[in-house]
Amino acid sequence: MIRDITLGQFYPVDSVLHRMDPRTKLFGTLIFIISLFMANTVASYVVATLFLLLAVRLSKVPPKFMLKGLKAIFFLFLISVSFNLFLTDGELIWQFGFLKITREGVWRACFMGLRLIYLVVGSSVLTLTTTPNHLTDGLEKSMGFLKLLRVPVHEISMMMSIALRFIPILIEETDKIMKAQTARGADFESGNLIQKAKSMVPILVPLFISAFRRATDLAMAMEARCYRGGEGRTKMKPLHYERRDYIAYGVYALYLLLVFLLVKGIVIG
Amino acid sequence: MKIIKAAKLIFEYIRRDEEEKIEGVTRAIDGLSVEIEEGSFVAVLGHNGSGKSTFAKHINGILLPTEGEIWVAGMDTAKDENLWEIRKTAGMVFQNPDNQIIGNIVEEDVGFGPENIGVPTEEIWKRVDDSLEKVGMSLYRMQSPNKLSGGQKQRVAIAGVMAMRPKCIVLDEPTAMLDPNGRKEVIQTVHDLNRQEGITVLLITHYMEEVIDADRVIVMDDGKMVMDGSPREVFSQVETLKSYRLDVPQVTELAYELKKEGLPLPDGILTKEEFFSSLLPLWREVQEGSEVQKESGEKV
Repeated sequence: MIRDITLGQFYPVDSVLHRMDPRTKLFGTLIFIISLFMANTVASYVVATLFLLLAVRLSKVPPKFMLKGLKAIFFLFLISVSFNLFLTDGELIWQFGFLKITREGVWRACFMGLRLIYLVVGSSVLTLTTTPNHLTDGLEKSMGFLKLLRVPVHEISMMMSIALRFIPILIEETDKIMKAQTARGADFESGNLIQKAKSMVPILVPLFISAFRRATDLAMAMEARCYRGGEGRTKMKPLHYERRDYIAYGVYALYLLLVFLLVKGIVIG
Repeated sequence: MKIIKAAKLIFEYIRRDEEEKIEGVTRAIDGLSVEIEEGSFVAVLGHNGSGKSTFAKHINGILLPTEGEIWVAGMDTAKDENLWEIRKTAGMVFQNPDNQIIGNIVEEDVGFGPENIGVPTEEIWKRVDDSLEKVGMSLYRMQSPNKLSGGQKQRVAIAGVMAMRPKCIVLDEPTAMLDPNGRKEVIQTVHDLNRQEGITVLLITHYMEEVIDADRVIVMDDGKMVMDGSPREVFSQVETLKSYRLDVPQVTELAYELKKEGLPLPDGILTKEEFFSSLLPLWREVQEGSEVQKESGEKV
């Protein structure tokens, strides 16, 4: 299941979105998320859907990759939709014992479901079109103001990009350790939750040891290649805005305005 | 010109217990003096624990000598102000390909070194293109390193070092975790760099087959240099090598055993071709001899 998470899985094709500045994409994702929480009308969701479809289309990433991330939130999705469906007060349509479905509940469940799906797909667009390094570069640059507060922005972003690089390696390693333990009679499948959790210990211990060993090796390799923190470092891929980024910001403004109007329109009506 | 000079180098690993008291001292390098010519291809052989990796780590200042001195391109590694210049001059490739690739994309990893030493952006791109071309990995530049084979990963690591324009590359058992094909790939790449770019190569290994094309072979045992010479000189001393728990290449061993049984073969045969060409006249002689015998038999 852990392999299904698309976060941090860059999909290498050449598209407008791939070439866009990561800050633009980060900001766009942020705007999209804000708009999702503002949206409460059919019309505003239609606009959000169009915006998302446009992004997916521009990214040239096969849509099935976007939907992969949804598997991971399946239970969250189920729980939040059913809570909204059954526990909202309002005009009653159907009742069975303590379960009641109201008109408002149906709407809210639909919106909540869509919101969750769009959140995942929206952020997948960001991570599928942006290399993790590019992403952390973008974060580093947009969070640059925090340096004034003595936050080690460069170090944090370096840590993030290294973590992203090692996720697949550690997953592979977990797989290997599990197989090795299974071959020697370990049982990870049966038993209750506590027993299952206990049976994870023989996996975690070797995994941690190997992670530390890797960290030492990597630190040495980085030092051997003259890494000494952010001071005096140049960038292979420095960030600078181009025409497409300004256009994108224009689109964002328009989109936000539209959603805002549609949300308000209903409130007035 | 000598690019690496070590004089009476001593290095001790100190183990401490929880209260920081010294528990034991292991001398990993014990009075090593060696000079390495610029542009040469030097192989360092040695059994586990012979101190060869420890020596490698001295060359770019990851470890500092306990006693003695080591100079890289005329710079003393013990002096702090030389550290970064030394690491630029002597690049290092490690054993585990996964644990030395920092970038999430091949080209970003190759650019990591130049970024660290403050090379301007355009120059970085030029160097990345150049280095990837030299190790033959240009086609994979947009790939994630996780999708590459071990040999390809090591070539990326070599490109990452090359992008810093070093004079010397130290490879610390770069093929230990690779399959035979990957091993060939990496060794071929290193040889090409040595021949075409004139980069000094210090290859640390325990695979004998990788050593036969080197200009010079150094054998280390117990922190000391015990043998030094051309591959032929070193490999002709089969018994001595065995006493340091090292194997000679298979064909060398076969030739050695045959010679011991009385066949007039030369010392230090390194390749199959060589073995074959020195065995062929002997075989012909034997054949002719038997024909002569036959003929003389008929006459009688």
